[in-house]
Amino acid sequence: MPTPLLQVDNLRTHFFGFRGQRAVKAVDGVSFHVEAGETLGLVGESGCGKTTTCHSIFRILPPGAEVIGGSVRFAGEDLMQKSPRDMRRIRGRDMAMILQDPMASLNPLFTIFDQVAEPAYFHRGLRRHHLRSRVAELLHMVRIPSPEVRMHEYPHQMSGGMRQRIVGATALAGGPKLIIADEPTTNLDVTIQLQYLNLLKELQRQTGVALIFVTHDLGIVAKMCDRVAVMYAGKIVEQGSVRTLYNHPQHPYTEGLIKSVPRIGSKADLYAIPGQPPDLANLPPGCAFAPRCPEALALCCRDEPEEIALADGHTSRCWLPVQEGIDG
Amino acid sequence: MKRFILQRLCYSLITLWLLTVIVFTVVRFTGDPALLMSEYPGARPEDLAAMRQQWGLDQPYLTQYWKFISNIVQGDFGQSFQFNMPVRDIYLRRLPNSLQLALAGFLISIGLGVPLGIISAVRVNTWWDNVGKLIALMGLSIPGFFVALVLILIFGVMLQWLPILGKGQGFQLRYLMMPAFALGWYFAGSMLRLTRSSMLEVLGSDYVKLARFKGTPEWVVVAKHAFRNAMIPVLTLAGLQLVLMINVAVVVEVIFSWPGVGRLLMEGLLSRDFPVVQGVVLMAGFMIVVVNLGIDILYAYVDPRIRLSG
Amino acid sequence: MVARTEAVISSPVARPARKMWNLARDAPWIPCLIVVMVVLAALFADVLAPHDPEVSVKTDTGRPVQSYRPPAWMKGGDLSTPLGTDFHSRDILSRLIYGARVSLLVGIVGTLVAGAIGTLLGIIAGYAGGWTDQVIMRITDAWMALPTLIFAIFLASVLKPSLWNIVVILSLVFWSQYARIIRGQVLSLRERPFVQLAQVTGASSLRIIRRHILPNVINTVMVLFSLTIGVAIIIEASLSFLGVGVPPPKPAWGLMMAEGRGPLIAGKWWVSVFPGLCIMLLVLATNLLGDWMRVRFDPQLRNR
Repeated sequence: MPTPLLQVDNLRTHFFGFRGQRAVKAVDGVSFHVEAGETLGLVGESGCGKTTTCHSIFRILPPGAEVIGGSVRFAGEDLMQKSPRDMRRIRGRDMAMILQDPMASLNPLFTIFDQVAEPAYFHRGLRRHHLRSRVAELLHMVRIPSPEVRMHEYPHQMSGGMRQRIVGATALAGGPKLIIADEPTTNLDVTIQLQYLNLLKELQRQTGVALIFVTHDLGIVAKMCDRVAVMYAGKIVEQGSVRTLYNHPQHPYTEGLIKSVPRIGSKADLYAIPGQPPDLANLPPGCAFAPRCPEALALCCRDEPEEIALADGHTSRCWLPVQEGIDG
Repeated sequence: MKRFILQRLCYSLITLWLLTVIVFTVVRFTGDPALLMSEYPGARPEDLAAMRQQWGLDQPYLTQYWKFISNIVQGDFGQSFQFNMPVRDIYLRRLPNSLQLALAGFLISIGLGVPLGIISAVRVNTWWDNVGKLIALMGLSIPGFFVALVLILIFGVMLQWLPILGKGQGFQLRYLMMPAFALGWYFAGSMLRLTRSSMLEVLGSDYVKLARFKGTPEWVVVAKHAFRNAMIPVLTLAGLQLVLMINVAVVVEVIFSWPGVGRLLMEGLLSRDFPVVQGVVLMAGFMIVVVNLGIDILYAYVDPRIRLSG
Repeated sequence: MVARTEAVISSPVARPARKMWNLARDAPWIPCLIVVMVVLAALFADVLAPHDPEVSVKTDTGRPVQSYRPPAWMKGGDLSTPLGTDFHSRDILSRLIYGARVSLLVGIVGTLVAGAIGTLLGIIAGYAGGWTDQVIMRITDAWMALPTLIFAIFLASVLKPSLWNIVVILSLVFWSQYARIIRGQVLSLRERPFVQLAQVTGASSLRIIRRHILPNVINTVMVLFSLTIGVAIIIEASLSFLGVGVPPPKPAWGLMMAEGRGPLIAGKWWVSVFPGLCIMLLVLATNLLGDWMRVRFDPQLRNR
């Protein structure tokens, strides 16, 4: 089996507040991998740790947060061991990020050209007309009309959809092998969302870049992703190929998520997972989902389940398959 | 942008007009101006009569105001008793001195406040930041004249390094240093604060975050992305400060016997030379309005969102 | 019917009792202490001051003691006048203590009056909108164009010098700041759902202002108050320094500093420096308090 492009092993990132007294375990033992050219979906409710995981991979964390364990192997090398200088070279050139709010992502005082060109300028050393043609090429790839003209305009002169596409162009500018997109369509109009997703897929096909798509929308995952990892309370509770997960979800949380997607044409009551997301500073003993789980066993409230390997790359962090295995 | 500028211009004109109304009303409201002017020792009846004539003091208020405003628009602020010259001339003669002092103070406040503010923000919550915040607080809490007196005590009296009075001929740094520092000190504090909070806000923004994710070198992130965006509110404040300095300058000019318009005001006050006092107040107000307008226009050029809005 | 709706969707203001408790719990103690000390000095000056501030200190024989006597710890000083004496042989410590009265009185009352006027106008402008708003705002802008100190001096020149006139001057000079900020806040409050709901259910404007807008604005007013009190004190001191403040022989810190300017050049620094330190400490304390209040109470003023 070829080495995956990105291999995350047992990543743990904690937030330290109150002068180091309280620790919020935002990311607590996360492991997954991404192959070259494939799309991995990272799904979960707000606050489950998806964004912190992505930030940890880049090693840009807000003050008070620290990666306290695990490894992130990118193209074979552990990013956690890299010097700040090397990290800076990797960011933008080998890995790129797309943030949620396109308006906030672009600096209002600088032209489009200026901002898209930055990674190409610093990481690929392009200058002058090489730089200009590269930017025009990128803008053309993201379907911005008349790129040579528009690149000298400012963000506020663009529509929301265009801005997010420009952010995409910026991400591609350095020629990365991996792009992490953190809820890129959440702030877009529904009609624009579809256009954008199609564009992303097209870009992936053209450049062969791998994509980690963070979202809370299962519909998008079904459309865009090859594999998916579901996160809850800082841990990955289930991961596997999209087909397997959607057809044979193993973890009760995944099941609940799938059930809560409303079906068009159905008049049945909307389903919502009962209970509230947990307080990451005060997790109950045992499985974090147990308080809300309709199939919880006594064991679940005592011991934290380990990751059980099911068929074909499908894993689940749950006691149920073990129990079923015992019962036969 | 044209619309923006036009709008600001209109507002400024209205403000200027209101200014004259306010000054006019305050004076009339508090009693007969002629009486005020007659408190000048040595005022002769003929002078008073001439004054009455010029300002139309025995006529209805509206006529008075009309005379007042037409005089002002023509640049006639009256005649000073003390110097026996038009107020306008004396004012213009003293103004360059005040400007020299204000500019020096301004440079000091920016030179101290902005870099320290940036350092405070970039090294937020560290020792550097605490020092910065302390300096800002001290700046805002210690009145300019106290700083002036302490400076005089240390550098003028004890160490005897610097002269304590006057301006010297033309441009002489020795005389300028202490008053400029006393003047700039207070404003350095608020510049520091504003720069710091503005930088902090910008440093936490998404585009700065993204710049970091793009692997842009940190100094470029700070100098290019953060700094330019953070400077917008700081610029606005800076302009205001320049004009506000005219205020504090009164006390500093008096302490150091600096021959500027602030000291002119006090001289006029103490010798009951009313036209001078009124003239200085009006001119000060005018300058503030004009400088504000200038800043708004500058703003329009710097921020492309306004520049390109038609 | 109206009462019940208002009770269900009321404006988000914490109950006063709880606010007080939280306030007391993390108040910054040092600035509070300083302010309390100054207030006590002002209130109990008659008891605390060792000598009459307006009269020269006399020896047992009835003759005035040395003028410009240095503080007690320096050569030539004496414990009976711990901080020294001024030109008229008056005890500096006593003058400092009595001087607190002027600074506090003028600072507090002046700011209160300015705040009241400004808040009122700000609420009217913000709530009424339209022409009323424009007119009030233009006047406020024009007023703000008047440089504070210069305008204060101007007013001092047309009014007779007295304590109350100074208060009037200060309030006239400050109200515009309040008006502008409060108006901004009222403008945004006006669009909030609970206000719109009250309007829809037919509550009168006065009632809306009283029940919904005023409590939410009070926070800002308090913060503004504590922030501008320092400036007011400094302006009063400046006016006194320039000789257009409270008339002598009443002691005022600014006045003492002015009197001490000549002797300072001759090396007798204590006449000016001690009142200066007092001003500095008081303003520092109010600024710290103001900062603390701002962080606690009103995120809208955070970037001021």
